[in-house]
Amino acid sequence: MVFLFLSGLVLLFIVAPLAGMFLNTSAGQYADTLTDPTVMRSIRLTLLSSLAGTLIFGIAAIPLAYLLARKDFFLKGLVNGLVDLPVVIPHSAAGIAILGVVSRGTLLGKAGEAAGITFVGGVAGIVLAMAFVSIPFLINAARDGFAAVPEKLEKAALNLGASPWRVFFTVSLPLARRSVVSGLIMMWARGLSEFGAVIIIAYHPMITPVLIWERFTSFGLAYARPVAAVFVMVCLAVFVLMRLLSKNHLHVRN
Amino acid sequence: MLEIKDIGIRLGDFALEEVSLQLAPGDYLALLGVSGAGKTVLLEVLAGLVKPQHGQIKWNGHDITLARIQQRPVGLVYQDLSLFPHLDVYSNIAYALKVRRLPKAEIASQVEVLAKETGVSHLLPRFPGTLSGGEAQRVALARTLAAEPAILLLDEPLANLDAKLKGELRGLLRQINRSGKTIIHVTHDFMEAATLANKVAVIEKGRLAQFGTPEEVFRHPKSEFVARFSGIKNIFPCRTEPMPGLQGLQKATINPNCALAFLGPEEHTQGFVMIPQEDILLSQNPIESSAVNQFQGVVKESYISGAGMELLIDAGFEVVVSVSRLSFEKMALMPGKNVWVSFKASAVRFLAD
Repeated sequence: MVFLFLSGLVLLFIVAPLAGMFLNTSAGQYADTLTDPTVMRSIRLTLLSSLAGTLIFGIAAIPLAYLLARKDFFLKGLVNGLVDLPVVIPHSAAGIAILGVVSRGTLLGKAGEAAGITFVGGVAGIVLAMAFVSIPFLINAARDGFAAVPEKLEKAALNLGASPWRVFFTVSLPLARRSVVSGLIMMWARGLSEFGAVIIIAYHPMITPVLIWERFTSFGLAYARPVAAVFVMVCLAVFVLMRLLSKNHLHVRN
Repeated sequence: MLEIKDIGIRLGDFALEEVSLQLAPGDYLALLGVSGAGKTVLLEVLAGLVKPQHGQIKWNGHDITLARIQQRPVGLVYQDLSLFPHLDVYSNIAYALKVRRLPKAEIASQVEVLAKETGVSHLLPRFPGTLSGGEAQRVALARTLAAEPAILLLDEPLANLDAKLKGELRGLLRQINRSGKTIIHVTHDFMEAATLANKVAVIEKGRLAQFGTPEEVFRHPKSEFVARFSGIKNIFPCRTEPMPGLQGLQKATINPNCALAFLGPEEHTQGFVMIPQEDILLSQNPIESSAVNQFQGVVKESYISGAGMELLIDAGFEVVVSVSRLSFEKMALMPGKNVWVSFKASAVRFLAD
């Protein structure tokens, strides 16, 4: 009974502020927001930047997750800790750290400039900041997924003559897919919501969390709330859709 | 020719020591031992899943001791089968063929042949999770055969199957062996070993306790462990036929001059008969009793076994009999002594091929 009460309290704590936000926004405000090109542009930018970060860094993060799950090596504990680092440091600090690496005077900054990529105040910087803070979600989920694949199945595939490369793509990755996809979704979702690290690297072009903050500080709560409500709904809708898609897909196979 | 020389490996508390044996192409080796004796470890060493700390493995003269898993001439069927759960039966069997990058049509026809040979043609679209134990066992066998290994390693392939399936699978294994494939079959069941293998290796606590033909190992165990482990020494291949007029009795011909009676279904078939040595009675003269089987023979060897004696008697077939020391002395059962051997038809156990 006590457990039920406490559980209810926690759920209420999560749902009530969001519900309040949705209910305090009128239909007219929703309509205005949805037709505001600035808002729409920022939502598109946010969704795509996070997606790009997830896909680009995911390609490297998945092999790392596999190594962490399968191999024992010197200082593995340290590497596991490093992976979690972006979760525990303040994100503004993460932004400062990334800025130190990509600002104009640095090697990476110069290289980017030469290639026509602007990190500071550019989409590339946003992608980098989003990926930095969200990559632990993918690595951890994928590592747990790979660890749950029986090593025997990989050995069986080797015994059938397959190369380690082929074993990874035909046995390990398909069997860990549920966790890997779930990790990708988590990483993407976490990237969408990033504010602290992004605002330090790129105030413009404006992603939605920055836009919400800008409207709040410049015009007040009433102007920030509709944007926040719309953005939360978009995030929820995409999140639920992706979950359903990945689940259905797996269901058919099994 | 497979040569295993002085293989040794230490894994925690367990150690495999100085295991050496040689197999010719087409040999069927039963690797016998209680669980935890090191049989599976030896298979894993052969398959390259664990690296031995010393010793050498040679196949046709080539050293394969440290060869990569995927480059060895061995196919391993795990005890738990380890079928790929995300692939259907067709794709499981086709796995090794796809590795070899065969054309699609070629893969399809080879899978068809393998599936037919192992009796799983009707299961091709199914997923491993939906198969029964016997079906999964056959699929695992087909999947490994697709890689065309020169040596087939089987870890307890008949465990967890019911008697009928065991019989069917034994037939299949024998057929595969007859086609020329070398088989190493790990088991803790001496009956399996006796009915399939032409070579038997007994592993005890990580050491090779004995290696030889089944006759040598079962009839002349070198250690008490082997003797106690194998248990039944009187095991004979035979042909059976009904005995007209004697209801329920079957005749088992074990050599051209010798046949015995046992209780079993009336049919012509092949298999093995076993006579537990403690169910055999020895007497100096023929006796009137309920024992249908009575043979005259001569004591060939006698040796101490535990608290009693074991005698090897030639009664047209070599049979091992246990007696107490008291009986041994009273009847003066020294080699050369003429005796009568008798046992009931119901004491004879029959195992169909």
